[in-house]
Amino acid sequence: MSTEAPANNDIITGDKSHEDQYLTFLLGEEEYGVDILRVQEIRGWDSVTTIPNAPPFIKGVINLRGTIVSILDLRERFGIESVEYNDLTVVVVLRVKSDEGDKERIMGVVVDAVSEVYHIGENDLKDAPDLGYAINMNYMKGMATIDDKMVIVLDIDHLMSLKDIDELEKSGQGLIEE
Amino acid sequence: MSQFHEAFFEESFEGLEIMESELLDLDIGEGDVEIINTIFRAAHSIKGGAGTFGFMNVSEFTHVMETLLDEMRDGSRDVTQFAVDSLLQSVDVLRTMLEAARDKADVDEEMVASRYAVLEGILKGEEAGAAAAPVATAATPEIEASAPASAGGASGWVIDFAPHPDLLMAGNDPVRMFRALSELGELSVDVDLEKLQPLTELTPEDLYLAWTITLTGDAAQADIQEVFEWVEDECDLTITPLSGEQPVSEPVVSVPVVEPAPAPAPAAPAPKAAPAKAAKPKAKKPAEAASIRVGIDKVDEIINLVGELVITQSMLDQAGEDLESLAESSPSQEGEAGKANAEILLRLSKGLAQLERNTRELQEGVMRIRMLPISFVFSRMPRLVHDLSSKLSKQIELVVSGEETELDKTVMENIGDPMVHLVRNALDHGIETPDIRAAAGKPETGTLNLNAFHQGGNIVIEIKDDGAGINKEKVLAKAVEKGVVAPDDVLTDDEINNLIFAPGFSTADVVSDVSGRGVGMDVVKTSITSLGGSVSVTSEEGKGSVFTIRLPLTLAILDGQLVTVGNESYVIPLITIIESLQVDRQNINQVAGKAEVYKLREHYIPIIRAREVFGLKDDKRDLHESLMVVVEVDGAPAGIVVDDLQGQQQVVIKSLETNYRKVETMSGATILGDGTVALIWDVNGMVNVHRKKLNRGAVKA
Repeated sequence: MSTEAPANNDIITGDKSHEDQYLTFLLGEEEYGVDILRVQEIRGWDSVTTIPNAPPFIKGVINLRGTIVSILDLRERFGIESVEYNDLTVVVVLRVKSDEGDKERIMGVVVDAVSEVYHIGENDLKDAPDLGYAINMNYMKGMATIDDKMVIVLDIDHLMSLKDIDELEKSGQGLIEE
Repeated sequence: MSQFHEAFFEESFEGLEIMESELLDLDIGEGDVEIINTIFRAAHSIKGGAGTFGFMNVSEFTHVMETLLDEMRDGSRDVTQFAVDSLLQSVDVLRTMLEAARDKADVDEEMVASRYAVLEGILKGEEAGAAAAPVATAATPEIEASAPASAGGASGWVIDFAPHPDLLMAGNDPVRMFRALSELGELSVDVDLEKLQPLTELTPEDLYLAWTITLTGDAAQADIQEVFEWVEDECDLTITPLSGEQPVSEPVVSVPVVEPAPAPAPAAPAPKAAPAKAAKPKAKKPAEAASIRVGIDKVDEIINLVGELVITQSMLDQAGEDLESLAESSPSQEGEAGKANAEILLRLSKGLAQLERNTRELQEGVMRIRMLPISFVFSRMPRLVHDLSSKLSKQIELVVSGEETELDKTVMENIGDPMVHLVRNALDHGIETPDIRAAAGKPETGTLNLNAFHQGGNIVIEIKDDGAGINKEKVLAKAVEKGVVAPDDVLTDDEINNLIFAPGFSTADVVSDVSGRGVGMDVVKTSITSLGGSVSVTSEEGKGSVFTIRLPLTLAILDGQLVTVGNESYVIPLITIIESLQVDRQNINQVAGKAEVYKLREHYIPIIRAREVFGLKDDKRDLHESLMVVVEVDGAPAGIVVDDLQGQQQVVIKSLETNYRKVETMSGATILGDGTVALIWDVNGMVNVHRKKLNRGAVKA
């Protein structure tokens, strides 16, 4: 799929100097993109070890070649209706800057399927309109149109931030799921 | 540049430790040249490094220490108690200065200045409060030493500087030296091109030049030498006073004077102490064996990978066994093919056996990389004993054994403070003053033994004193008063002794005349427990006490009990488990309709349902016949109800925080033989969450 990408890109933009590659994946009909340099690997969904009292969007932890890596479900993170995991369900393993900013953290996101790799020029990345409470604006870096399709480019550092969990826990909500 | 700074600080702190331990080894009045040399070298490299990195205060301060050491080394100054003490305190000041430099903090100038003044004072021959030492000889060489500097200072110096061809290889730059010299006075430089090769034969990295430098001004010879101190081994250097008006005592100082071979005993030879002294450095040698500095993260990475390898190996092993049993159960193929199969199987199982052996050895080997000899902790003690015994006016001999016993670096870093506390305690409250000891018929000098050895998977550290021992009646009385034990409890002697570790037992006034007044003893116990270890004391009144610390060799591995709660397996650290039992309905009691307690023999302990703590669906089922693990939390037992008990096994501890965050109920995670992750309980956290939930429940109701 990556072979097609440059062709796409030439149509989209003539300016090649400020463009990044993005890996996109699907959540239902929607296509989301993340900076490809942050993608460590893509692996099939495999069972996880659950973490007691974690928020629902944290599925648990897996053993990634000896390292304990937590897995986040993007549907649940966005509050989209969850679907049963199937053969296409994949985990995109990302390198995320931790909340303290000085360290890197490896986390996996569960998505429906991976889609394409696109080059997107800086100028083609448009600011997302304010959608009120539909989605936290901090999670979005912008939007781009590719082949008449909309791709939502995510800011993974904010998306994968665990600060929310801390706040949940402080307010005592994280503990009880009744 | 900062990475060089880091290395400089690391090396300097190591240097300080060397200085400290060697100073303590130094016998007053004798001054073993070898030891002084070692101290001098450590000081010298700190000075050099500090100068290079621009920590001028450090370099200046060290310079005075160095001068004093130099005089001790060449015998022109006696090794007095006062001088050694001053040097020891200077080491402390130097450490503070280096720490300040490292942290970019301000240093207490006054302290530095006063210490500086003391050192200067010694150099001038003031031995304030010193034991009357025959210093008559010291005065003369000093005048000699300072004379050339002042005399030469008036006019100037001629410096013949002939570098060896490889001087540039070490990164030295003559231009920098000239620039430094030019700051000392007026400079005129003549270059000697005699050795210069024609361009075709010239090796660009070699230096063919030599210089004759005339420095006019009031520079001290020491300052000039300092400029060349990094290259003194790589050049021929002579420094001559300009006018030659100083012809007698030291007309020419050839610079390799600073680091001579062990001088042929200018200090008094010490045949009496020789055997003991000879043995000591030998024992220390292994620690100084050739080594490389490697980041701990690299080591951890290897440990991780080896952990993976172990899991893969056990998977392969399982597959091999399955294959074998399959072949046995269905001997379908006969004749040649069957034989070939059997042969392959045999080769496979042999290979697997070898893989297992190699993997285990590799794992052990890798774990050993993190292991350091406990001498790193023990080496702090001589200084402590030295300082404290003079402060307390006690005579104490420190006997250390087993210092080569190894343990994990992380454990080591955390055991230092508790040990200092115990040693301090033994000195302060254990060993009596000489007159009391004499009255009790004991030798006036008390003995403190530090011993370390391996036992099973643990390291055992003993701190033994021959002091007064623990006064059991007082301890028991205090414990009853503090409510630590009930008045009618019957305790064994050992139980009474170990009461000093009980929380809430810390009071300053209690049994202050005996070892272990209990101040901070609970803190000692807490920190040792948090390392997965234990501490206990045995004591005999009038004879002394022995504190025994037992620690796991490594924090990377843990003995665990596997349990099941819900769909997951968890690991409970074995050290926290008191017992496991099957719940009997008769012993369950409700408190306030919410909390449950269990009657365990004579005591009531809280019941904690693991399912409830984890927020799993609990059918509120009758706990009868379910399994309960009794754990110790802050010294008190609690019963945690689990779904099932599995086996015990050793697990490699991995961090949850690296890629996730702290989980209140868990201390970490591990990878089981089948490659899945199991979380490791933090029983304290379990109890905390249980309490929180109880409270919230109570609020709701």
